[in-house]
Amino acid sequence: MDQLDVLESQGIYILREAYREFKQLVMLWSIGKDSTVLLWLARKAFFGHVPIPLMHIDTSYKVPAMIEYRDKLALDWKLNMIYGQNTQALEDKQTFPDGNATRIQCCQNLKTKALKNTLSGAWPRWILDHEAGKYVRHTDTEPYTGVIVGVRADEEGSRSKERYFSPRGEQNDWDVGDQPPELWNQFKTDFAPGTHLRIHPLLDWTELNIWEYIQRENIPIIDLYFDKGTGKRYRSLGCYPCTSPVDSTSTNVAEIIEELRSGKFSNIAERSGREQDKEDCNGLETLRRDGYM
Amino acid sequence: MNDNINDKNTNTLTTRDQMNVVVIGHVDHGKSTVIGRLLADTDSLPEGKLAQVKANCKKNSKPFEYAFLLDALKDEQAQGITIDSARCFFKSQKREYIIIDAPGHIEFLKNMVSGAARAEAALLCIDAKEGVQENSRRHGYLLSMLGVRSVAICVNKMDLVDYDKTVFDNIVTEYAEFLKAINLEPKFYIPASAREGDNIVTNSAAMSWYTGPTVLEAFDSFEKEAPVTDKPFRFPVQDIYKFTADGDDRRIIAGRIETGTIKVGDEVIFLPSEKTSTIASIEGFNLTSQQTAIAGQSTGFTLDTQIYINPGELMCKVADVQPNMSTKIRANILWLGRHPMIKSKRYKIKLAGSRMPVWLRSVNTVLDASDLTTSSYAEQVERHDVAECILETLKPAAFDLATQIQQTGRFVIVDNYEIAGGGLILGSVEDKTDRITEHVNQRQKSWDRSKLTQGLRSGQYDQRSALVLVTGPADSGKSDLAKDLEAYLFNKGRYVYYLGISNTLHGIDADINDASLRDEYLRRLGEVAHLFTDAGLILITTASDLDDYELEMIKTLNSPNECVVVNIGENRFSKTVPDMQIDSIKNSDVAINEICELLKAKKYLIEYYV
Ligand SMILES: Nc1nc2c(ncn2[C@@H]2O[C@H](COP(=O)(O)OP(=O)(O)OP(=O)(O)O)[C@@H](O)[C@H]2O)c(=O)[nH]1
Ligand SMILES: [Mg+2]
Repeated sequence: MDQLDVLESQGIYILREAYREFKQLVMLWSIGKDSTVLLWLARKAFFGHVPIPLMHIDTSYKVPAMIEYRDKLALDWKLNMIYGQNTQALEDKQTFPDGNATRIQCCQNLKTKALKNTLSGAWPRWILDHEAGKYVRHTDTEPYTGVIVGVRADEEGSRSKERYFSPRGEQNDWDVGDQPPELWNQFKTDFAPGTHLRIHPLLDWTELNIWEYIQRENIPIIDLYFDKGTGKRYRSLGCYPCTSPVDSTSTNVAEIIEELRSGKFSNIAERSGREQDKEDCNGLETLRRDGYM
Repeated sequence: MNDNINDKNTNTLTTRDQMNVVVIGHVDHGKSTVIGRLLADTDSLPEGKLAQVKANCKKNSKPFEYAFLLDALKDEQAQGITIDSARCFFKSQKREYIIIDAPGHIEFLKNMVSGAARAEAALLCIDAKEGVQENSRRHGYLLSMLGVRSVAICVNKMDLVDYDKTVFDNIVTEYAEFLKAINLEPKFYIPASAREGDNIVTNSAAMSWYTGPTVLEAFDSFEKEAPVTDKPFRFPVQDIYKFTADGDDRRIIAGRIETGTIKVGDEVIFLPSEKTSTIASIEGFNLTSQQTAIAGQSTGFTLDTQIYINPGELMCKVADVQPNMSTKIRANILWLGRHPMIKSKRYKIKLAGSRMPVWLRSVNTVLDASDLTTSSYAEQVERHDVAECILETLKPAAFDLATQIQQTGRFVIVDNYEIAGGGLILGSVEDKTDRITEHVNQRQKSWDRSKLTQGLRSGQYDQRSALVLVTGPADSGKSDLAKDLEAYLFNKGRYVYYLGISNTLHGIDADINDASLRDEYLRRLGEVAHLFTDAGLILITTASDLDDYELEMIKTLNSPNECVVVNIGENRFSKTVPDMQIDSIKNSDVAINEICELLKAKKYLIEYYV
């Protein structure tokens, strides 16, 4: 088994543990490369099926192509697709692009709060009706107690401290100073009412591993990651006001891998295009303690 | 199902290996600094990272520390201490590493152990000036307990002792003696200064007396353990899938192969149920068809026969050496819980794929890992103790000895919602008694008996009391049959009572609402049954999907009174032969008649022929 085989096997193992232990299980799908790899791992873990609903938090500032890609794959792969949104903050224009919030506050409103309330069922969930080809109000409002997220330890400091199974409190809060022991692939799967667990199958993967795996498995990935003649491409997908494309002429997966291995990105951090990380030096930790992915 | 098959040979993947190395040692002995230095001196940091950390230090008027490259949390930087283990990714010429920076403070021992349990190799740091400290020893012991064998010792902060060889030699002598006592032999002792960069990545001019490897060279010299394909086959069943979408009719036994290899056609046995079958196929997605599978793979199998097994069983090859099976396990436990581990409390054990209730039966010895002193009179296991204990489960667990097959020889203990301890299995224990039998003996001894004996009651009622337990899969019509049986016997003048499951759930079990407490529901059912049978009645009740051990518990709790087992539908017991097996209830009158004949034959219904 090579390194990718080992990573894949561990990811599958974690997904199956989650599926075994959590009745109200959901997988966050941001449409980006990591959570799409996660989705692929789910198809592997469950032998072609995806028995776990997928949830997308729609900030409305996503590039329209992302939503198109999401819905096409959802229909093709027969996914149980759900989205949630902070419609109030959008109506009240409590966002960074509208000028009424800092980048971090905007993230808190459109992502953290939307995530928290969609997970708990307090806010509406919209589910894809495959027959009608459109989203309808979801009748299931039970809280999700297991939330699968595609974060990687190499992304930034607070993620490097994560567990595969990481508890969140009643307010979605993360007590990073007091995490449970995690021994020999026996994970924390018991939880008090009102709390939930975040599950991180990709913790040991690097950005390079992700691309190598996409190449090996031929995973259909959204084309915003590729240069289409402008000399620019996205390295990390977020909301367009806060995520800038990078200068790169990679037009396919093989070229991206080359760029990461020995080319211009071999020593530049992935999230360097994300502006919200820069507002305060522990900005992401602050967000994540509050329930951000 | 296998859409999107692509040829794996068309791309140019270079295979590299990856190794997890943990860095441990007493608090403040420089673990994070060593790693920070290693990253910085090998140009492994993302561009701008070093400058950014330096700028942040300046902004907050703190001196720069290499450790801040790892200690990313606000609290860690504020206190200058590592709180939780961090993973960091690093590549040498030879291979890729995930380096785990563990905390040294005793308060965060659970985080250190979480890091060390993931590691294949370790670097243990000792401060040259402070020398060997409590957690230098405790961490060393835990490495040996966790089975990490590739170890190097870094005597750090040599700059503080003027790079003096005698200081180094004294520490080596002292620590080597300690490690010898716990049977751990490090590959290297390296004098270093993380702050100055001596012997981390480059050799040290200040310590020309040292000719051994640098920390980086030591890492590269660690050998990766080969996958355990040469051991007996062990496959903890994680789950059993039957996804019916798109006409999929496969019933797949899913899990990860911990050790050994298997191929299509191999005969397998599931433990503890002891059911056997043959591998029909190896399943996967986006894979071409597979005939063999090996240790490390997360995979799935279909079987030749439809047997009823549960997640958590251990699948082994019939031809291999079999694991142990026992309800009593002797193990070395490291306790991390906030509350001590005590007898009389119900915990949960997670051992390979199985999860079950477990009790602490006895504590043999308790070790203080920081000085290797032991005591043999402990009644409980305190936080951070390492204790040799006997644990008891209700049903037999299938396991190996940790020294033989690590993967199926270790477990964790869950206290309430928290993982509170980890253990390595030393052996099984021959012991004839068990908790339930001991309890029933005690109960019978203390029972306050009335003036009416069982004989008097059965004479008056013309019946011998019994528990009629109707078992079988859910929805097999058990409770309808049980109610009909009750009415029939009642009309014949018998003293009989039907106890419905929801009557106990909403009555005596109203204080517990947790499916994982199944054994507790069944224990109470057994105790309640004993009251009814003690009163001379025929009690009829139902229970779905009982296994042999659960049935045995109910019978024991109902004893000395008797029990009649009527199984409806598929018989999922592996050892128990039910007193009566009814494949399906076509006509309930016929079924009731058969049961009554059985009750008469067994002399529960006493008949007088005149
Ligand atoms: N003089 C000197 N100081 C060092 C050296 N290595 C580390 N230090 C200092 O020792 C202190 C502790 O270093 P850390 O790397 O944070 O120690 P640690 O072992 O990671 O500590 P915990 O993770 O909290 O257990 C810091 O102030 C470092 O600057 C060294 O080689 N020489
Ligand atoms: Mg540290």
